[in-house]
Amino acid sequence: MSIEALVDLTGPGRYLDWRFIQISGANFAVIVLMLVVFVLALFLPFPGGRGAGKR
Amino acid sequence: MTAGRVDPAAGDWRGPRRPYDLVKEFIVALVVVSLLTVVLALLFSSPNEKGVTLEQWARKAPNDFIATTVSELAGTSTSAGYGPPYNHSSTGQQIGPLHLQKWAGVRIPVDPARAFVIDPLRTMTGDAAVQAAVRRYEAAPSAQQDQWAGAYADALSKAPGGDPAQVAAGDYGPVPAMATGLLGLAQSGALDSQLVNAGTGFYQADYTKPLLFLADGGYLADLAQAQHLSGNQWGMMNETGNFPGQPWLWLYTFWYQVRPFSTSTNADALVWGLMMLLSLALVLVPFIPGVRSIPRLLPLYRLVWRSYYREHGAPRR
Amino acid sequence: MSRAPASGRAEERSTWTGWLRARTLDAMPPEHLLPDTQPAYVASWIYVFGVLALTAFVVVCASGLVIALKGPTWWQVSSRGHFVNSLHLWSVELFFFFMVVHLWGKFFMAAWRGRRALTWITGAVIFLASIGTAFTGYLVQQNFDSQWISTQAKDGINATGIGAFWNVLDFGQMLLWHVALLPLAVSVLIVLHILLVRKSGVVPPIGVDLDGRVEGAAAKEAAP
Repeated sequence: MSIEALVDLTGPGRYLDWRFIQISGANFAVIVLMLVVFVLALFLPFPGGRGAGKR
Repeated sequence: MTAGRVDPAAGDWRGPRRPYDLVKEFIVALVVVSLLTVVLALLFSSPNEKGVTLEQWARKAPNDFIATTVSELAGTSTSAGYGPPYNHSSTGQQIGPLHLQKWAGVRIPVDPARAFVIDPLRTMTGDAAVQAAVRRYEAAPSAQQDQWAGAYADALSKAPGGDPAQVAAGDYGPVPAMATGLLGLAQSGALDSQLVNAGTGFYQADYTKPLLFLADGGYLADLAQAQHLSGNQWGMMNETGNFPGQPWLWLYTFWYQVRPFSTSTNADALVWGLMMLLSLALVLVPFIPGVRSIPRLLPLYRLVWRSYYREHGAPRR
Repeated sequence: MSRAPASGRAEERSTWTGWLRARTLDAMPPEHLLPDTQPAYVASWIYVFGVLALTAFVVVCASGLVIALKGPTWWQVSSRGHFVNSLHLWSVELFFFFMVVHLWGKFFMAAWRGRRALTWITGAVIFLASIGTAFTGYLVQQNFDSQWISTQAKDGINATGIGAFWNVLDFGQMLLWHVALLPLAVSVLIVLHILLVRKSGVVPPIGVDLDGRVEGAAAKEAAP
């Protein structure tokens, strides 16, 4: 049984450079995604959040 | 949170409640995360850049292998001048007055010239020329050994491409023959298993010696540099290819890029000392004045609890 | 919701076992341990990242267990093994992802309020211990990453003196730390962390007392 990746990430890495900052595209994507998810978690309404809280 | 004042958040909640199914939440989360893991694994697989063997190093970069071998004999390699925990050739790094590296002592003794070069050469019992070279080297006083190895290391560094065949004539004693002998041993693949032997006999699990020897050369570092893994490339965060690495190490690898750390020979000790302090600070956030007040000053909490505040009124700023 | 003191009866005090049971029930009454309601303010997506990190850790352990059952070289020689390694890697990435978002959320909620500092402390230690666990995972892959990361990391660890006792170049030592000691430590810390959360309950909103009253909210309540 052979399980091939659908997206090949083994090629030469892509890197972003600003002044002394170097970051791989993949790590940058992970960090941006964490921030996006954090912001979404703060802003998206939670189901049952409104109107709940009756004793 | 001031001492002596009753903490308004300490104790059981007596206000309004809502139904909340923790077990269902756990099961749903488990299913979602499991599926997400499977999807990511199917999509992207995982990196597995094959390891480097000493044989591969000796075949692909023989000049670097020779230069490294000679530096072990000359005492100029990283391992040869390392200090604790491997040997006494230096005192190692320090954090201000704390000589932690020295105080921990030499607990993993490695004599690079003997362990990486002389002992393996002695196993080549079928090669009379190599055995004669080793005998001549061992019979010489250590000042003479250093002079031979130092002179040959200098000559190699001046030869075009570090090519031993183009080294200027000089008195290098048995060192060239020893270096060439070790190159042959490595190219045969035999050195790989010999260096792993940590004195435990048949079974082996300790790669200290071959890894130290490999890291003394330029071959491994060149491969890492090409993959953006070097220390001065924020390499600790990075992974081979286009895979995400360890982004959580961003702060640790950051310090190595800036002064004074980027230019210090003591950088490892200083960065580790600093990161230990910062880690302690993370653990003790609830007790650090200023830091623990950031949530009130940057009121993201109003978003988190907005539905409660909407129904029950928002607190004063 | 009030709870009856479980430690009152004399016969419970007369044996060590009874004492332990009374103390346990006192600290962790069942309705605290597994409540089917939460305070009304527990209504935000930010609250799900703790359980997401926890379940990612379960997947990390499960995939790691499969690799452990087959032995350390299996994933190098089998494509099925490599797939399980991929599961292990991506669940680790998810574990850290969720844990970091959870940490950000708890920081901005100042969730250490109300004698919950130990909950924060255990959480921060879990984060640090997880970094160590992931690090040893890289060391035992038996590939280029292992060679490069171990030979680089040794300098920092040796500089602290720890390297003399904890040899990152010793595959056997790192393997045992990675598959036994560190996962055990992280698991115990996680259990402790969750018990502390359940013991104290979810921290109330900033500016809200335990009866649910908001300080300085009179103006709002008086408005039509």
